[in-house]
Amino acid sequence: MSLRAFLLLAAALFSTGVYGVLSQRSIVMVMMGLELMLNGLIVAGGAFWYHVAPVNADGQVLVLVAVTVMALEMAMGFAVTTALFRARDLDETDGAGDLKG
Amino acid sequence: MTAQVVAFWTLAAVAVASGVAVFVTGSMARATFALLASLLAAGLTFLLIDLQYLSFLIIVMMVMEMLIMAVYMVMYMMNPAGLMPMTMVHNRRGAVLIASAVFVLLAVGVLLTPWPARRGAPPPDPTRQLGLSVMGPRMLVMIVIGVAILATMVAAIVLATDRGRYDRSGDEHDRWGRAT
Repeated sequence: MSLRAFLLLAAALFSTGVYGVLSQRSIVMVMMGLELMLNGLIVAGGAFWYHVAPVNADGQVLVLVAVTVMALEMAMGFAVTTALFRARDLDETDGAGDLKG
Repeated sequence: MTAQVVAFWTLAAVAVASGVAVFVTGSMARATFALLASLLAAGLTFLLIDLQYLSFLIIVMMVMEMLIMAVYMVMYMMNPAGLMPMTMVHNRRGAVLIASAVFVLLAVGVLLTPWPARRGAPPPDPTRQLGLSVMGPRMLVMIVIGVAILATMVAAIVLATDRGRYDRSGDEHDRWGRAT
């Protein structure tokens, strides 16, 4: 498969994630969008390793980091949601607008 | 068309379609499993570029991650069992416009950029290459990841826990140890 095909897949996943992040009201659904965006990044990282620079493992290491970041992002996101829910009984982004900045 | 091409486009279609399904379905539990399907399809495409280990890693990690996520999705479900019908989105039109613009921009860039030719060939065993790399010249990456995981564990517990450092007498007492 060509590099372009993989990058098109990555772009489609990333843009779907962007839609979710921008449109969803629930904080946990926003996190689903972030996961999709990172999913696109993973696909692109693997494709770049195979099609551009397979001699060293940098592309693979990037995928490893991105997979870890996905897990950490989920853990922290749920911790923040739980803290918000405890403090204010809310689970929507619109209710936490004062955290903007 | 070779079998590889067919397999890639099938997996790509499944990945994107389930990605879209995440935000179309009304149930947040179903959205979690749609996201899992998308991640699995994307992970399986790695089999086509010799990355068996990373493909396996993505599949195993994401199955566990999404199972945990499903629990939280049920906890914070906005429309449990369809009993509280409501819209789950705000500013849908703006979001669709921006997301489409991002996709067009990225796709044009992907198609027009003269990507560099491949330097070298993939090693016979990419997993061995990755292992030697993270235990050698890229060890700093693994060290940073390890510290980040530890920091996340501490920070997530601090954020999520109900009581602070000093109210340790349990649920039956207030923070000064008096019975409530």
